[in-house]
Amino acid sequence: MGQITPVNQINKSFKIAERRIAVNRSVPAIELKNVTKRFGEVVANKNVNLSVNRGEILSLLGENGSGKTTLMNMISGIYYPDEGDIFIDGKLVNISSPKDAFEHGIGMIHQHFKLVDVFTAAQNIVLGVDDGKKFSIKKVNSRVKEIADKYGFEIDVKKKIYDMSVSEKQTIEIIKVLYRGADILILDEPTAVLTPQETVKLFAILKKMKEDGKSVIIITHKLNEVMEISDRVAILRKGEYIGTVNTAETNEKELTEMMVGKKVDLQIQRLKTDFDKPLLEIRDLSVKGDDGSVKIKDVSFYIRGGEILGVAGVAGCGQKELCEAVAGLRKIDSGLVMHKGESLIGLTPKQIIEKGVSMSFIPEDRLGMGLAPNFSITDNMMLKSYNDGKGPFVDRKTARKNAAALIKKLEIVTPSTETPIRRLSGGNVQKVLVGREIEAGPNVIVTAYPVRGLDINSSYVIYDILNEQKQKGTGILFIGEDLDVMLALCDKIMVLCHGKNMGIVHASKVTKEDIGLMMTGSKNLTEEKVYGKAKDSHLSEQEWEEKKTNTKEAED
Amino acid sequence: MANTKKTNKEPLFHIVKRDNMSWPKRLLIYAIAIIIGFLITSVFCAVSNEKGKGVWDMFISVYKGSFGTERKIWIFLQELALLLGVSLAILPSFKMKFWNLGANGQVLISCLACYACMYYGDKAGASPNFIIPLMIICSISAGVIWAVIPAIFKALFKTNESLFTLMMNYLAVGLVSVFITIWFPKGSGSVKPINTIVLPDIYKKQVLTLIVVSVLTVFMTLYLKMSKQGFEVSLVGESENTARYVGINVKKVVIRTLILSGIICGIIGLLLVGSINHSVNENMANNRGFTAIMTAWLAKFNPLAMILTCGLITFISNGMSQVRMDFGFYNNALSNIILGVIYFFIIGCDFFITYKIVFRKKAKKQKKEVN
Repeated sequence: MGQITPVNQINKSFKIAERRIAVNRSVPAIELKNVTKRFGEVVANKNVNLSVNRGEILSLLGENGSGKTTLMNMISGIYYPDEGDIFIDGKLVNISSPKDAFEHGIGMIHQHFKLVDVFTAAQNIVLGVDDGKKFSIKKVNSRVKEIADKYGFEIDVKKKIYDMSVSEKQTIEIIKVLYRGADILILDEPTAVLTPQETVKLFAILKKMKEDGKSVIIITHKLNEVMEISDRVAILRKGEYIGTVNTAETNEKELTEMMVGKKVDLQIQRLKTDFDKPLLEIRDLSVKGDDGSVKIKDVSFYIRGGEILGVAGVAGCGQKELCEAVAGLRKIDSGLVMHKGESLIGLTPKQIIEKGVSMSFIPEDRLGMGLAPNFSITDNMMLKSYNDGKGPFVDRKTARKNAAALIKKLEIVTPSTETPIRRLSGGNVQKVLVGREIEAGPNVIVTAYPVRGLDINSSYVIYDILNEQKQKGTGILFIGEDLDVMLALCDKIMVLCHGKNMGIVHASKVTKEDIGLMMTGSKNLTEEKVYGKAKDSHLSEQEWEEKKTNTKEAED
Repeated sequence: MANTKKTNKEPLFHIVKRDNMSWPKRLLIYAIAIIIGFLITSVFCAVSNEKGKGVWDMFISVYKGSFGTERKIWIFLQELALLLGVSLAILPSFKMKFWNLGANGQVLISCLACYACMYYGDKAGASPNFIIPLMIICSISAGVIWAVIPAIFKALFKTNESLFTLMMNYLAVGLVSVFITIWFPKGSGSVKPINTIVLPDIYKKQVLTLIVVSVLTVFMTLYLKMSKQGFEVSLVGESENTARYVGINVKKVVIRTLILSGIICGIIGLLLVGSINHSVNENMANNRGFTAIMTAWLAKFNPLAMILTCGLITFISNGMSQVRMDFGFYNNALSNIILGVIYFFIIGCDFFITYKIVFRKKAKKQKKEVN
């Protein structure tokens, strides 16, 4: 930071950077003192102290609901702290809007990107910047290129956002805040959407920023990443600040204990079970998305009883459409979905549920599908069974009993069975959902992101539940995000890339890097071998062919 | 550095969302809002009337408007029941987040259907025993048709239900005008009341309406809280995705619920013409379809709480009619403005129930001064 870079000469944000240079390097870039934030009676952050130096990467570690995002939102001007002070370069500041934060050189990269789809990269980057000069897209392009070259981003400034992969979009978000002269960067779970290779690239860039004197705060769940990238780790637990440790002087186990507050066994078991005949067989399935584009293309796979089949893929490569197609919620363009040798195509969602196929999809907001946020736990328990009894009235008594039993069995933290589930924490909400699905005694479970946003303890409860079901002979399709977990938990993994099957591999015989290559489409095993057709299928190959021609004729 | 200086001051206040507020506290806030609304309007009335009435005279008039005489009490009860009935009609659709703004038209069209039966029955000299069941069937069917058309379009083609139901209101008004000119081509458009074929009175004219609406209230409470169909209605309103996912046929629920809405509107139309007015005109629904949106919302979609909100709104609006007479306001608009002011306070206080305002902390200020 000793010399002025040409990047900063054009924009007025340069002034901010210049101001920084004059500042004593020994003073923390940003420091929080006794920051407290309450939402009603809930204390989201309590007396949090935190400091980040120039040229340092700090990991913010904590279970879900421990107040990481709330804390970062206060730094970036979205919330205002109830108590406590924020210092930047040793000066007390007041950040009451995102604009204030930006003027202090703070830039946040949110988990969900905020980009205009039909604009180009450069247009998105410059959007909202007012430097009082005549707008020139040429100058913008050259500046963006300078920033990109400096930190090693790969970017095509003229590419439109809708043509970009998730990783490219993230790059744009990062350049966007750099363009505005930010030198304190906050990244909220940046690796959650990336393949292993993309994560390596991102970390290389973050390290370059660090060398350049920028301060980086990175929020993440993944301990191995914390160990790899950060200089120091700050830990929050239930809104309270636990402490900051030097990464070099700690290990994953210690961090977990600080985060959870007790010792945790971090082993996921892959139970050995006797596989049964295929329960669910899918052949040459093609499904369209909401916008009419093909989301799943000629995918074949099968799930046996007592088997967990993982589905890996970059976000939005057809996982949702696949789930919905199996559950009867989405029209199937072509292909066959067979359950114990009987076709599921054309059945209503209700009939498919009655066959014992359970689907639970945890969307990003975690409540959108499968649960009704304002309903009580009791009412959510009976979502699928409310219509069972005779007579015009619902049977809340039994549902209440079931709810109470589930609360006990899965240790759900709630004031009562009548509490609306939106008031429960994420982990407890997911326990309700998974618990209800299993209560119905399904023989096939399709579950997408069942541990999305969950803390370590709750995640392991969910893994245990799935393993328990596996032992009972249930076939499980597990759509996940975390490759480490999938490698440990699943028996086989199918990798999707843009809705195409790149191959099905044994989880015990494959490396994370290989899966990463398959996720991006650089490796395609299906070119050499046909995947997803069981030898001991319920139907003979001849019967499959007949079914196929039958459905085709029916369509014509 | 100018920027940092500017932002170094904590803003005067922040708006913070509250947790759920207890019912007594909530009622207290409503009461305070209503009292403030009344106080302001009473000063306004005292200043602007030419009869020399004082500030307190408005309160007397408002009270008299609903409870001044026995007749007024009966009319108060009747108006309350009608408003409550329409509120009950829109309740399930609103709970489903189907914004049915067409209750007015649904009531009006069933008024028309009911009067048509009476008119032609009277003309043909038919027996009431034959015509009355026909009136019931026709009113209810008319209400159902008016409610279900937007529902079908919404379910099948995803049309916007607010605009569609709103449009159906105008269509109903237009149809009433057309039929009035067909039936009574001469004259000033006044409709001859038909007193030969009407619903029977029980003790008093209003009692039938009261009984029917009471039954409807109990029915709707049970329907929404306890029945399977009511469960489906709330689930579709809560999350359509979840409803689809648990195997509910959302289209069917939307159409079925609007049929129910239409049935209740039809019953109200039947009562309005067959029992209360015995005639029809374009204003017969009296904007109850819109007022009902307010009463349902204020009651947080609870049918029993709706009795209170409907009572309150009826009390205020009857009171305002009385004020207009007593204070000599010849202009209808003036009392409507006053009514609006009071409504404004009632609706506005919802903000204070949902949010609270936190002012700049004095302690912090002092600390800064010390520094």
